[in-house]
Amino acid sequence: MALLDVTNLDVRFALRRGDVQALRDVCFSLERGERLGIVGESGAGKSVAAFSLLNLIAKPGYIAGGSITFDGQELTAMSDRGLRHVRGHRMSMIFQDPMMTLNPVLTIGEQMVECLKAHRRISSKEARAISLRKLEQVQIPSPSARLDQYPHELSGGMRQRVIIAIALLLDPDIIIADEPTTALDVTIQAEIMALLLELCEKHNVGLILITHDLGVVSQVTQRMLVMYAGRVIEQGPTREIINDPQHPYTQGLINALPQMATPGARLNQIPGSMPSLDNLPSGCAFHPRCGFVARADGSTRHACTDEVPDFVTSGNCRVACHMVAEMLDRERIPAEEIR
Amino acid sequence: MTTTNSSMDVAPVASRWSRFRGSYLLYSFKRDPIAQLSLLVFIVLVGVAVLAPWLAPMDPYDLAQIDILASELPPFWVDGSDPAYLMGTDAQGRDLLSTILYGARVSLIIGFGAVALQALLGVSFGLLAGYLGGRVDAFLMRLADIQLSFSTLMVAIVVGALVKAVFGGATYSDFAVPLLVLIIGLAEWPQYARTVRASVLAERSKEYVDAARVMGFTSRRIMFRHILPNTLSPIFVISTVQVANAIISEAALSFLGLGMPETHPSLGSLIKSGFDYIQSGSWWITLIPGAMLVILVLVINLLGDWLRDVLNPRLYKG
Repeated sequence: MALLDVTNLDVRFALRRGDVQALRDVCFSLERGERLGIVGESGAGKSVAAFSLLNLIAKPGYIAGGSITFDGQELTAMSDRGLRHVRGHRMSMIFQDPMMTLNPVLTIGEQMVECLKAHRRISSKEARAISLRKLEQVQIPSPSARLDQYPHELSGGMRQRVIIAIALLLDPDIIIADEPTTALDVTIQAEIMALLLELCEKHNVGLILITHDLGVVSQVTQRMLVMYAGRVIEQGPTREIINDPQHPYTQGLINALPQMATPGARLNQIPGSMPSLDNLPSGCAFHPRCGFVARADGSTRHACTDEVPDFVTSGNCRVACHMVAEMLDRERIPAEEIR
Repeated sequence: MTTTNSSMDVAPVASRWSRFRGSYLLYSFKRDPIAQLSLLVFIVLVGVAVLAPWLAPMDPYDLAQIDILASELPPFWVDGSDPAYLMGTDAQGRDLLSTILYGARVSLIIGFGAVALQALLGVSFGLLAGYLGGRVDAFLMRLADIQLSFSTLMVAIVVGALVKAVFGGATYSDFAVPLLVLIIGLAEWPQYARTVRASVLAERSKEYVDAARVMGFTSRRIMFRHILPNTLSPIFVISTVQVANAIISEAALSFLGLGMPETHPSLGSLIKSGFDYIQSGSWWITLIPGAMLVILVLVINLLGDWLRDVLNPRLYKG
């Protein structure tokens, strides 16, 4: 059994004009020490997925169905007290903007000690010692001085190091990193990612990395999910997806990378933009932007516009696409005819 | 190389005192003579009020020390004054200087007491309303609206009349100070609640609150330890204004005979007691306590103005 198992997760936002489904049928799992990437455009539901893992979706959002089991416990049915134990202690989170995540009126040391004391019965002195050790682990210059400094006295990169130290403070099993490097300078981004990777490997901590950056995902994670309009559309080993994407959307994302374009020419982009969640197109949510709704022979694949695609297994990956399903079927039939 | 490293290692481990010395608060205070003068006057006034029992030439509450024959004596710079009574005497023959010192004490106790009560109620309700939102918010804010629709005077008349009717006038005199604290405190808490609620709404959507929730902190801890300190600057600013307001409210209530009894006068009841003699030429009984009240309220307001300018992030270094 995997450490974290998410099945058929359904998250909705109760708005005045009715519920909007932010996540539908999201399934994935994470083994102990495994690193999983979640990629997708803004609004695809990546952050909602992360927050729902901690059962912390802000109102009016709520978990309408599905289950999240963490270490054998069902999180969606857990009491507040039990959830508080999981949060921070077993699962912690790193946010996008290091400028905003630290409380501006408390010193770094105060914030770290408070975290430790909220979850463990230890003296302030011990808590301070542990905090100092964690700050040393994240390779911050002069860690002992940082304890008594306020967040505004640190640079962005240093703050993100402090935030990583806080995330590691209670030796969690999983760290959820929601675009941890988006707000940072490119040179610092690489340093922070390398640090995060190193620490996760060293302490055997699972990582769920949410990002737009396919490059980072391919370097850091072992498996990845691609999300589109609240659904997972492709998942599998990162290397296979990057090298041989099956879903037209994933193909489009990878083709859109600058290194895939011919120098001097326009970058390859996916036409259109993601539909709004309260007005999804029928069938496959991607079909209005998809170049494969028409078959090679010119006929239209009506399933794309009429039916929501199910997952099919292709190699080690699972893909939700009618075109891929059709191709797999066609490959299978000749194989049987030969026999 | 070694030198740069060692200088990095002794990076500023600033104590609170040295932080304060380097702060913008102190810097702007040093450059603002009005703030300095106000603070000086305020400290002197509070000092003499607190030390009244030791500084005052006589005890105005002690009937044995009062000489009715020495009533309505003018202050020292007017003909016919008695050098024993520097600021003259009132209609009962009490030394006006002593009575003012004791009166300022009563006014300040009521002012600060009432503001402490307002802050306690207003900050708690504002935090709850802002953080929890929804029904709690709607209920508390409507309660605040209802409270604001009663004037302080009306609350004072009702409470005062009730207490006098139930316990009698003598008990009322004994409990006048806590009662006035209660009345002014209850009447003005919505000011705090509204300000705090507005700041909490702004703070609640910031990521550090999400981060605190992710760390598994309880709502109470997030409210009081994380959000409250971030809303302190507006609280400080309205506190100064509210102290001045509370002192004025108390003076107004006492002037109307709804506040402190004349046997235990505050600045307001002193002004009132002198008001009856102003026609007969004894202007000092009203004017000297009045001037004291004006100066006290003025310096508190000036300090509040200065604090507002310093703590306003939009004006900060702008």
